[in-house]
Amino acid sequence: MTEGKSEITPIELFFEIERGDFVRAGEASSKIKKKLLRLGFTGSTIRCAAIATYEAEMNIVIHSLGGSLKVKIYPEKVVLVAKDEGPGIPDVALAMKEGFSTAPEQVREMGFGAGMGLPNMRNCADEFEIESREDVGTTVTMVLYKGG
Amino acid sequence: MGSLIHAVTLDKDKCKGCTNCIKHCPTEAIRVRDGKAKIIDERCIDCGECIRICPHHAKTAITDSLEEIKKFRYPVAIPAPSLYGQFKGNVSVDKIISGLYGLGFFKVWEVARGAEIVSKVTERYLKEHDLPKPVISSACPTVMRLIRIRYPELVDHILPVDSPMEVAAYMVKEELAAEGYAREDIGVFFISPCAAKFTIVKNPLGKEKSNVDGVLAISDIYGPLLEKIKEEKMNKVLQKSTSAGIGWAISGGESRLIKDRRHISVDGLTNVTRVLEDAMMGKLKEVDFIEALACSGGCVGGPLTVENPFMAKERISKLSEGITGELPQVSAELADGFVYDKPITPQNVLRLDEDMVKAIKKMGEIEEITEDLPGLDCGACGAPTCRALAEDIVRGKADELDCIIKLRENVSGLAERMVDLAKKMPPSMNQYEKRER
Ligand SMILES: Nc1ncnc2c1ncn2[C@@H]1O[C@H](COP(=O)(O)OP(=O)(O)O)[C@@H](O)[C@H]1O
Ligand code: SF4
Ligand SMILES: [Mg+2]
Repeated sequence: MTEGKSEITPIELFFEIERGDFVRAGEASSKIKKKLLRLGFTGSTIRCAAIATYEAEMNIVIHSLGGSLKVKIYPEKVVLVAKDEGPGIPDVALAMKEGFSTAPEQVREMGFGAGMGLPNMRNCADEFEIESREDVGTTVTMVLYKGG
Repeated sequence: MGSLIHAVTLDKDKCKGCTNCIKHCPTEAIRVRDGKAKIIDERCIDCGECIRICPHHAKTAITDSLEEIKKFRYPVAIPAPSLYGQFKGNVSVDKIISGLYGLGFFKVWEVARGAEIVSKVTERYLKEHDLPKPVISSACPTVMRLIRIRYPELVDHILPVDSPMEVAAYMVKEELAAEGYAREDIGVFFISPCAAKFTIVKNPLGKEKSNVDGVLAISDIYGPLLEKIKEEKMNKVLQKSTSAGIGWAISGGESRLIKDRRHISVDGLTNVTRVLEDAMMGKLKEVDFIEALACSGGCVGGPLTVENPFMAKERISKLSEGITGELPQVSAELADGFVYDKPITPQNVLRLDEDMVKAIKKMGEIEEITEDLPGLDCGACGAPTCRALAEDIVRGKADELDCIIKLRENVSGLAERMVDLAKKMPPSMNQYEKRER
């Protein structure tokens, strides 16, 4: 009956993220961080989780039509999946470049749109994957290993 | 981590077991058990919020008494600049200092001067080191504790430089030693607006041992000091600090001395938490320096002060207007000596279990229990919120029936069962009963 590791159910968190909702952006990041702290994750994992989820939230708020953030916490790793319903990224390689941004002027005026979100996510996560289809949506998956 | 000594404590006799404090504690470090509040030491950050809120004055801070100074041949007072904002009317800094001499101190060395040195050391340190941005001031021990227990990812943002209090204590000891006084005869006492300073003297940050030998609460010495100030006729010039150092008593006083860098100053724990949350998410990259003070208004709002913090702030503002005079020259050698020897480490006191697998299980249980609790956050169970009770239950420190609503459900369930049971009589008796009717 018992299958070793699969016996523990990971902690799962789910956050809906609405397009244009700047007020609540950051809430998911803050909640995830609090859980990780109680579970005993350390500085570097917590730092990356907080930054990566905030950037992912912001991308959904700014660039997408709306989406969600799903988090699974296992004893050895944290898996973050940010998924939205479009419009998708036409050139993912370009979007991944440091400093590249299509953020509209009024968003830049608010201090967003430095074009560092995706690169920062990739740099701090141990595993990073981005999949995007025009008109369908974008899914960013990140895995952070404990103490990694 | 060892046992944590800390300043904020409970006077059991005065505690009525009301739940005011548990609701106001920013780190949820208080529970009411057996009719008395209990502080969870490793979670307390000595912010003094409970001291301010307790209607029965049952929360106090351990500090030293004025008697202690007699243990030293040469007792030295190092007054916090916030002391200068505590007096009504035209009480000059010179008068306050001479009042301190009147209390029996052999020497008075102003912490405001220590602050001026710290400003110099900070300037130098920021120039020579590339700390992750934003750099966070280490001046407030409550904020330091908050970061160590709640923001482990920010510990390397902390400016590893001694506080003005430590610097003042060091300087005056060196001065007196150079004049030929035996070090063991010198006792340095900080005149404090702050409970957390007592704690940090006992468990110093970034070094093995503090140079401070005792901490006296402003509120404790206020009465005697006022007497001495009134008696004082002479008008000698004793003040050596400048407006730069005195400004440290209020929020913004430290950061205004940081030149050519973008800085923000934030005061009050709720605001500090907001800023730290943003820093944690990487939102504050364009900010170079954060001055963060736990008390509203800065140290003038410290829990051991006497005067209304807004009045005190107004006076300090006047005393620190403009920045008169140059900051002191600090040699490279001296400056390096004020940099921490030990790194600041996180203190994970919130973790549910050493074993991550168990911790995850426990968190699952907490969720389940929280779901099942009424969600009133009423505090009657002695925990600040239903979630906190759930966590206490999982940690083995409380019971579900501590929740009065749960207890009531159980009691009414039990009552129903009793009624049912009462109806179930042995057949023989049943018949007897029937006959009676
Ligand atoms: N979820 C998304 N949906 C559509 N486009 C996106 C999404 N996330 C990122 N992008 C595109 O990739 C670019 C780079 O993203 P990022 O590195 O986060 O920088 P920034 O958000 O500051 O523009 C964005 O300007 C946008 O054009
Ligand atoms: S703001 Fe000042 S008085 Fe208040 S806790 Fe911090 S250092 Fe102490
Ligand atoms: Mg972005």
